[in-house]
Amino acid sequence: MLDTITRYEGRDAVGIDGADEPPVLPCDARGLCFEAGGELLIDHVDLKLGSGAVTVIMGPNGAGKTILVRLLHGMLEPSAGEILWGGRTLCEETRKRQAMVFQTPVLLRRSVEANIAFALRLHGENGHARCMQTLEEAGLADKARQPARLLSGGERQRLAIARALAADPEVLFLDEATASLDPGSVLAIEETVLSARDRGVKIIFITHDIGQARRLGDDIVFMHQGRIVERAPASEFFEHPASRAARDYLAGRIVL
Amino acid sequence: MQDFGQAFSLAFHLLWTADADLMEIIGLSLRVSLIAMAVSCAIALPIGAALGMSRFRGRGALIILLNAMMGLPPVVVGLCVYLMLSRAGPFGWLGLLYTPTAMIIAQSILITPIIAALSRQVIEDLHGEYAEQFRSMCVPVRTAIATLLWDARYSLLTVALAGFGRAVAEVGAVIIVGGNIDHLTRVMTTAIALETSKGDLALALALGMVLLLIALVINAGVMALRMTATRYSYA
Repeated sequence: MLDTITRYEGRDAVGIDGADEPPVLPCDARGLCFEAGGELLIDHVDLKLGSGAVTVIMGPNGAGKTILVRLLHGMLEPSAGEILWGGRTLCEETRKRQAMVFQTPVLLRRSVEANIAFALRLHGENGHARCMQTLEEAGLADKARQPARLLSGGERQRLAIARALAADPEVLFLDEATASLDPGSVLAIEETVLSARDRGVKIIFITHDIGQARRLGDDIVFMHQGRIVERAPASEFFEHPASRAARDYLAGRIVL
Repeated sequence: MQDFGQAFSLAFHLLWTADADLMEIIGLSLRVSLIAMAVSCAIALPIGAALGMSRFRGRGALIILLNAMMGLPPVVVGLCVYLMLSRAGPFGWLGLLYTPTAMIIAQSILITPIIAALSRQVIEDLHGEYAEQFRSMCVPVRTAIATLLWDARYSLLTVALAGFGRAVAEVGAVIIVGGNIDHLTRVMTTAIALETSKGDLALALALGMVLLLIALVINAGVMALRMTATRYSYA
């Protein structure tokens, strides 16, 4: 198992705005379990995540990827185990320094700009200029006044990512954020993600797209039946997958 | 039939000449019902939003109770408000009985459950859409309620209209607490009841037509607003 990825330095103990805040990372999940309907959906998972880098979580449907990410982000309560972010249990302050983008973007029934403004206001920031800067970076500045729900699928997801990044999170979770988007939109989103990574944002990306995992991933977490069966640097994982499940998955075979 | 025809023509004449008495009655009706609607919205929308967003033990029973209260009998509400505001009642010292304020109170009590119950459904549907994102963004409850109310504003406008419709067309409660006093508490519905009993169908018909016209104009306006909002995906 990799403890930390050192290729990117990530952020240190000083917060985004320079305030002295304890670091969110590393994340240390120990003995994590999640049970629902009498079924163990996450089965004693141990996971450490260092700062910087893109960690890609892969695995067949039902492997528990989404549940794991929701547990890490504090959207679900684990049945057992603990999650430490920066050595502390997950609290609202820590969660506010994280952001999540879902497969289907949830946009407010407002204009494109108002969606960004909403996220900024939650973090005590205001201002048209800041909104526009965020939209410029997302390539959506010309649609600022347009209702968000009239955007195309790719634009909606770009807006969702821009909104997630607006408040400068230290950790960004993306749950199959590019599923069912056209190649151009996928590339645009990947560029945004890599740019965020280069700014030191820790990216945790769920995807089924092997090509995308190769393009983005610095390290790969492979899950099967609620467990992490393999974790390795991306190049090592794709060249020499250690587990049979990962080999079957990469070869396009049914994973048993 | 001839009387009926004459009544119609007189009614049009009253409207066309903007008869002072008629205008006074219409003005008071609109003022009382609009204030009642505003008061009820201020109370019922946050209740509806909170109920639509929250999950707690007994919530189902509370929703059933709220829905049942949509059918509150106006005369019973009128009687209760009368008892509260009469000299012997706990709020008798306020001296509100037989005033427009008493009518506003009665109408507000009548339509608050309607607005709360209908807005609860609207907010619950929207919250189902936003809930996951709100949880991820750690949106505080108050902000979440305000956001849901704002984003559902076009649907809630229809809800408010339903409340206004009930208030402006109501007669049982306002006649008990208002007393139908000329130039003081006489509104369209109580005037229609009085004029009909007196056999003065012209004024009653004119008021009836105005009531229908108000309902028509407000409904058309709200529908146009909603259609525009839907077209631009704000609703």
